[in-house]
Amino acid sequence: MSIWVHEDSKVLVQGITGSQGTFHATRMIEYGTDIVGGVTPGKGGQTVDLPGRSVPVYDSMAEAVLDTGADVSVIYVPARFAASAIIEAAEAFHELNEGGVIVCITEGIPTLDMVRSIGHIADKPGVRLIGPNCPGIITPGDQGGCKVGIMPGYIHAKGRIGIISKSGTLTYEAVAQTMSIGEGQTTCIGIGGDPVSGTGFIDCLAAFEEDSDTEAVVLIGEIGGTAEEDAAAWAADNFSKPIVGFVAGATAPPGKRMGHAGAIISGGKGTAEEKFTAFEAAGIHIARDPSAIGEVLLGVLIEAGLRES
Amino acid sequence: MNIHEYQGKALFRESGIAVQDGVHCTSVEQALAAYDSLSSKVVAVKSQIHAGGRGKGSLYSPDTGELVMEGGVKIAFSRKEVENYASNILGHRLVTKQTGPAGKMVNNLYIEAGCAIAHEYYLALLVDREADSVLIMVSTEGGMDIEEVAENTPEAIHKAWVDPREGLQDEQKDSLADSLGLTGSAHDSFVEMIGQLEGMFVERDCSMIEINPLVRTEGGIMVALDSKVSFDDNASFRHPWRDELRDLSEEEEVEVRANQSGLSYVKLDGNIGCLVNGAGLAMASMDVIKLYGGEPANFLDIGGGANKESITTAFGIILEDPNVEGILVNIFGGIIRCDMVARSIINASREIGLEVPLVVRFSGTNHKEGKEVLESSDLAVITTSTLAEGAEAIVGAIGGGN
Repeated sequence: MSIWVHEDSKVLVQGITGSQGTFHATRMIEYGTDIVGGVTPGKGGQTVDLPGRSVPVYDSMAEAVLDTGADVSVIYVPARFAASAIIEAAEAFHELNEGGVIVCITEGIPTLDMVRSIGHIADKPGVRLIGPNCPGIITPGDQGGCKVGIMPGYIHAKGRIGIISKSGTLTYEAVAQTMSIGEGQTTCIGIGGDPVSGTGFIDCLAAFEEDSDTEAVVLIGEIGGTAEEDAAAWAADNFSKPIVGFVAGATAPPGKRMGHAGAIISGGKGTAEEKFTAFEAAGIHIARDPSAIGEVLLGVLIEAGLRES
Repeated sequence: MNIHEYQGKALFRESGIAVQDGVHCTSVEQALAAYDSLSSKVVAVKSQIHAGGRGKGSLYSPDTGELVMEGGVKIAFSRKEVENYASNILGHRLVTKQTGPAGKMVNNLYIEAGCAIAHEYYLALLVDREADSVLIMVSTEGGMDIEEVAENTPEAIHKAWVDPREGLQDEQKDSLADSLGLTGSAHDSFVEMIGQLEGMFVERDCSMIEINPLVRTEGGIMVALDSKVSFDDNASFRHPWRDELRDLSEEEEVEVRANQSGLSYVKLDGNIGCLVNGAGLAMASMDVIKLYGGEPANFLDIGGGANKESITTAFGIILEDPNVEGILVNIFGGIIRCDMVARSIINASREIGLEVPLVVRFSGTNHKEGKEVLESSDLAVITTSTLAEGAEAIVGAIGGGN
C-alpha cells in the first residue's frame, strides 16, 4: 500500500493550460499518473494534449469532479489565485466526493489567504491539503506510479520507506539516500516550508503508522516553528516504526529568513539544535549529515530486525 | 517587510487607533520645530530603526566608535534637552541587543508628546503557525521583553485566536480586556482598539503588530505608545502603498539585489561560498560544510527558475564577499538540469572570472551530462557525487578543516 495517492488515483490539474500546468501534467502522465482533466476558468470545453491522451479542460472544479470522478487535484495557479483554487477544490471534493486530496505546489501565497483556506478545510474532514510551496507527493508503483507534483519521478522506486519533508530538493536528497542502500519508498510527501500550511508531520506519521507496507520513516525538518518538536513528542507515544530524522539550518543565523517563508529562528526559538534534541528525546535516530541518512537508516532497519546485516 | 515606529503609528491613526501626537524628523532643526509645534512640555525623543531594545541601547560615533549616549529613547523636559538628545541620536550608530555589535545608523527621529501613564501593558497580533490562525497576546507586564515574560511569568500572558471565517468575537474582546483587569472607560477603549487592530492586521496583510507598551492613561483611555509593524511579503502585490514605507537603508543591499534576480541570499561570516538549488538543501549544505570543519560564507538558493543569467549573477554576488576563499555548488537536479548549471558555471567564469577553488556536486536530472560539460572545459573544478564529498573537498581545497 501507500498513503493518500495510489496508482488508481484520478488526478485533476488546476491551472492545466498555464505553462507550468501543462509542463508538469506532461511529466506526471509520463510517470504513470492518471491525469483525467484540468481546470482553467474561462477555458472550459477545450482539451489539452498530453502524451498518449488528450484531456478535457473545465471551467470549475465542481464540473471537473462531477464529470471525471477525480479524487486528487494538483494546483499550479499563480499565488494570487491559489487560495481561491484551494477553497474551490475543497468544496467540490467535499460536496461531490466526500473528500479528496489537494496538492498545492504554488509558492508565495499570502499567509492570511492560507489562514482563510485552512479555515475552509477545517470543517471538511475528508479533504486533505498538502502544501503549499511544496514539491508534492509521490507513490512509486511497480510500473510508473502516482506522481502528483514537480519532483523528478525517475529517482524513486517502490519500496518500504516513507519520507516526509518540509523541503523540495532536500526531499530528493533523502530519496537518493534510501536508494543508495537499496531501499525504495512507499510514499514521499513534501509538506512545504510555509508558516501556514495543510498536512503536517503528525498527519503523515499517523498515516504511515497505519500503512502496513511502510517499515520506517525518514523525516526531514528545518528551522522555524515547533512542528518538529510536536511531531517528536507525538511519535514517542503513538508511532511504532523507526524514524530517521534530519533538521536543516544548524548554521542559520537567528532572525534571518532562510529562503522559505517559515524558516526563521525568532526570539531564540525554532533552532535546529532544539529540534535534534527533541528528536533524540523521542527515540528518533538522527543524521547530522544528510549524506549519512542512508547509512543511519540501514543501521536502524538492521537493529529492528527488518534487514539482515 | 518591517517599517518604522512613526510609520506604524501613522497607519494606526488611519485605523482610528489612539496614539499621541508626534512628528517625524531627520534633523535637529526639525526636532526643535516639532517640539515647538507639539502642545506638550514633555516629549519623547525616539530613535527610529528596525530593531527592538532601542530604549536600553547605546549610541556610538560612527567615526571614532566613542560612546555618545546611553539610551536610544529619551524623555525631554525642555527645548534644550530635545536639542541635546536629537544631536546625540541622529547620525550615530545605535547598538541594541537586536542589532548585533555593529548597530544601526539612525537617520530618523520621532518626537512625540508626553503621556500621563497609569499602567503599561503588552499587546501583539501575529500569525500562529501552529494553530493556522491569527493570535492575539496581551500581558499586564508592559514595557518588558515578552520572551522574558513568557519565560518567567507565563501566567501574565493571555491569548485569543481569531476564527478565520468568523473574525474576533465580542466575548473574546471582553475577555482579553478583563484579563488585563481593565474596567470602565479603559475597558471600552481597549475593546474598540482591539477591533481596529484586527481590521488593520487583515486589511494590510500584516505578519505582526506589536505594541509594547500599550498604556492606560490617567484619563482612563488606552494609547499605543509604541508600534512595531511588519508585513507579509507574499501579499505585497496587492499593497502598492507599501513601496513608500520601505526604508532600503534598513535592508542588506546585496540581499535586495539578489532577490531581484530570483535568488535568495543571506550573507554569513565564513569563507566558503555556497550556490545551491532549494532552500532546505542550501541550509543543509551550510550545515555539512560546518560538519567538515569549514565555515559557510552565505546561504544562497538559486530557486526553481534559475537560468544562465541568474546563476552568473549568483557567482558575482558570492565573489563580492572578500572573505570567500572557495565555492561549493550543490545541485540536485529536478526541473533544473545539471548540464544547464554546468554551462552557466562556465559562462560565469568567462564573464566574471572564478579565481577561487570550485567544487561542484551534481545529482539528479542530467548529472552525468553536467559533469561531462565541466570536465571537458578548461575550468579547474573538482566534481563529486555526494554532498559530504563535496563539503570535504572544498574544505580541503582551501586548506581548512580539522
